[in-house]
Amino acid sequence: MNLAITLLVAVSIASIIGTVLQQNQDYGDYVIKFGPFWFEVFRRLGLYDVYSSGWFLSILGFLVVSTSVCLVRHAPVMWREVTRYRDHVQATSLRVLRNHRSWHLQLSADETELVAARLMQGHSYRVRRKQRGETRVLAAMKGRVNRLGYVFTHLAIVVICVGALIDGSLPLKLREQFGDLRVETQNLPVSKVPKDSRLPVGTGAFRGSVTIPEGQEAGVVFLPLRDGYVVQDLPFDIRVDDFRIKHYPTGKPKSFESDISILDPKRDKPVTDTIRVNHPFTYKGYTIYQASFQDGGSRLDIHAWPLKGNVGDARTVDGRVFQNQPLQVAGAKRTLELTDFKMFNVRPNPEGVKTGRKFQNVGPSFTYKLRRPSGEAREFHNYMAPQRIDGASYYLSGVRSSPGESFRYLHIPADDNNSPRRFMDFLARLHDHDAVAAAAKRAASGLLADLSMDDSSLVPRVSHTAEVMIGDLLDGGFQEVQRNVRKRIKAGGDDDKRRQTLMNFSRMVLERTLSEVYRGTIANERKVSASSVDLDDTQRRFFGDALDAVSGIARYGAPVWLQLTGFKQRQAAGLQITRAPGRPVVLLGFGLLIAGVFLLFYVAHRRLWALVIPRNGYTELLLAGVSQRNPEGFRREFEALEANLDRQLDGDGESDRTEG
Amino acid sequence: MATSHQEMLRALERPPLWRRLALRDWAWAVFMAAVAALTIGRYHGVMNPYEIGITTGVSLGAIGLGWHWRSIAPFLIAVGVVSLFAVTRYPALDAAHSDFFLEYFVSSQSAIMWMSALFPAATLAYFIGLIARSDFSLRTGSVLTWIAAGAGLVGLMVRWWESYLMGPDIGHIPVSNLYEVFILFSVITSLIYLYFERSAGTRTMGAFVLTVISAAVGFLLWYQFARHASGIEPLVPALQSYWMKIHVPANFIGYGSFSMAAMLGVAYLIRGGAPEDGAIAARLPSLEKLDDVMYRAISLGFAFFTVATILGSLWAAEAWGGYWSWDPKETWALIVWLNYAAWLHMRFTKGMRGRPMAWWAVVGLAVTTFAFLGVNIFLSGLHSYGQL
Repeated sequence: MNLAITLLVAVSIASIIGTVLQQNQDYGDYVIKFGPFWFEVFRRLGLYDVYSSGWFLSILGFLVVSTSVCLVRHAPVMWREVTRYRDHVQATSLRVLRNHRSWHLQLSADETELVAARLMQGHSYRVRRKQRGETRVLAAMKGRVNRLGYVFTHLAIVVICVGALIDGSLPLKLREQFGDLRVETQNLPVSKVPKDSRLPVGTGAFRGSVTIPEGQEAGVVFLPLRDGYVVQDLPFDIRVDDFRIKHYPTGKPKSFESDISILDPKRDKPVTDTIRVNHPFTYKGYTIYQASFQDGGSRLDIHAWPLKGNVGDARTVDGRVFQNQPLQVAGAKRTLELTDFKMFNVRPNPEGVKTGRKFQNVGPSFTYKLRRPSGEAREFHNYMAPQRIDGASYYLSGVRSSPGESFRYLHIPADDNNSPRRFMDFLARLHDHDAVAAAAKRAASGLLADLSMDDSSLVPRVSHTAEVMIGDLLDGGFQEVQRNVRKRIKAGGDDDKRRQTLMNFSRMVLERTLSEVYRGTIANERKVSASSVDLDDTQRRFFGDALDAVSGIARYGAPVWLQLTGFKQRQAAGLQITRAPGRPVVLLGFGLLIAGVFLLFYVAHRRLWALVIPRNGYTELLLAGVSQRNPEGFRREFEALEANLDRQLDGDGESDRTEG
Repeated sequence: MATSHQEMLRALERPPLWRRLALRDWAWAVFMAAVAALTIGRYHGVMNPYEIGITTGVSLGAIGLGWHWRSIAPFLIAVGVVSLFAVTRYPALDAAHSDFFLEYFVSSQSAIMWMSALFPAATLAYFIGLIARSDFSLRTGSVLTWIAAGAGLVGLMVRWWESYLMGPDIGHIPVSNLYEVFILFSVITSLIYLYFERSAGTRTMGAFVLTVISAAVGFLLWYQFARHASGIEPLVPALQSYWMKIHVPANFIGYGSFSMAAMLGVAYLIRGGAPEDGAIAARLPSLEKLDDVMYRAISLGFAFFTVATILGSLWAAEAWGGYWSWDPKETWALIVWLNYAAWLHMRFTKGMRGRPMAWWAVVGLAVTTFAFLGVNIFLSGLHSYGQL
């Protein structure tokens, strides 16, 4: 029994490893997490798939063997307990039991025997009679089914492990290790997967998944194995007719449903069903679950706004998620890889406290990568609709250089028509040398006049500085401007006060020039002259946001901003498909375990003996009993038996009993 | 006068169950059956066959429990009456702040606040009763525990109703997140304790068991006020299943029993380490009694934990494509099961009793707590429903 306990504890401790070390992750992630040395150590110990590792299975195997041995060894003992009434017992042995009592009765031996038998039978005991010389022995038992509890519980462990073995992936793993099966690690189309990574239709167990876009069908399942997968053929095709998500009024998803059709070559008509979480569909032993969902190749209508070069010369791009296309814009060559489209983005509602709606749907978003010819790429995440932040609307475009980072968002302010046009016009104007020159001249003149430095010879120099600064702004943002201004000023001398004055002046020039450019934008929009434009609060706010965005473009790292103007969504349903021929075995094991535990704990195997001993002038009745479990409960029962007997015999007025 | 021989012999037999039951037992059975019939009759249109089965099963279970443990019947009736009263005052959610009874007593949050006050009060009463050897204080502790359990159960029932007031497709049984199950834990543990209190014939264990319940209440209050966790959220698709109604409560019968056994283990260790003629030995139950109740609690917990794990497995097979995925929560449930299986093995086969077993029961609580809470906090997996 010590072995059993040791094994139970060993399995427990071994199991803990798999909970603290995330199982079945991408091997690349493990290398990053543990470094090359420990990655290799853990790999050899089989820790990435610990519950299928050799040593873990050995411990489990030992447990099963030990349990089976226990069963086999104890089964005869149990059988004996259940079938032997132990009617050979002697009076002396009974008298040392805790629960025993003796009566001296004035009844005949036959009558006493009848009374004793009836008493025991009346309390659900099965009685066996034996004559031993003058003495009659009544041996009785009840609750024998407790022994079955022992058998059931231990048998259940074995049965469950057998069922688990049938349904587990061990055969697959053994085949991969020693046989002809090879794991595929690359993302290939199914038709290109080589034969030795493909499994034909069979009777084995598996658990795999497949993602099927709406309107398409698939006849295979991908089984994850070690660091890759193998392809399992199905004897039928599954078509996803429609996938939909239903939402709660709060915005959270309520239900994921797929309408599927099973196209079985052996049938004329397809079999249809709707599956959702907790409601799978079983067909010919294959169970299909709604597991996940993703984009299935939505069509996206995109407006590509160049951020450099020919700004303002936007053009339309037709794209489809998962399809790549070359993109040449602003003199730069890129590959556009559209990777995802999401119809709903549920975000915490900043006004949730007021309206009571904690979340809101901020509209669709899409994700894409722009890849340089050299192979480097940046990933972008853009929301379709402008987002309201602190009272103004912005087009958000997130960018990151690696999957490990979080997205940093460029905020392009939206104009009064909720369009990016005013910003793009402003940006275009900043790239327009003539416009900038004109604005710089106006700004320089105006600034010098305000400062009462009415020297018109300074104007060209100041406006040239302004143009240079704007060039720096477009190249590297305000940081670059400041850096270059500092450099220039430093070159001019060491006088701190003078430097400060020049810094301030440069800033004023830049602000004024930018303001002139902005006025020019507004003027163009309204078709009036720049000088007649007065900026109100909203427009001043827009101006500030626009400058932030212009500065941010320097770090944005892309020559173009993609605006989503339309879409036609196509979703893909992520289905999990399993085959579990061992399920009835496991269910049997479960039933045995539950029945066994309750029988073992709550049914006590009890024995009673009644010895009827004819003596000189009276008959002695010796009643005794034991219980394999729950001694308190048995004591109460025995006392009830005693009391019952006392009551009946007293009523007859024939007893003169003494305690034994 | 001598009765006839035949009659005397028949009188030796134990009467069958139906004759051993008193009138109140029959009344209870009829009442519960009527409640079940009424529920099913009225709502069968929106119940699937499994839910009808669960309602029937719960009704039969309640009848059996009421026969075995008489006190539970008036308790359940009281909870039912108070909950239904609350429902009648609750035509819409805003009634919670305009109706006097709802605001101060029987809206789900109010009832839970009452429970949160009464359990610590009961703990205090039990401690005073234990230390001062005051039977009055101990009895007060029992009464407070009953009322607290009732308040908690009413809180859950009314919360069930409130979730439906939020929307017919939002309504669900309130055992779906960490907040709700802590209330369930407190209620179930206290009821299990009250059963054993009667069965063991002593109230002196109350201080120990109520301590762990008060700790749970403490966590609940922190979770509510620091993390605002008391709101009712609609169920994620994976939880929309009748399995939740049986898997979760069965698990908590297990957790509650194991917690109680651990506290009895603490009492055992204290008693065992104290001198036989001292103050502690005079106040605590005997070591045999503590050992016996500890064993019975672990048996009960283990039996229901086995059921709960199997039910969880069957549910996983319907939701996640396999009855075992070695997910951290599943694995830790297995570890808890193995731990108590080993404990029981030690006791059955080696007859081990005493201090080591008491220590083991206490350590078992640490394992159980990690499986219950630690997995959600520190590990990730399919089961992350109760985020802190």
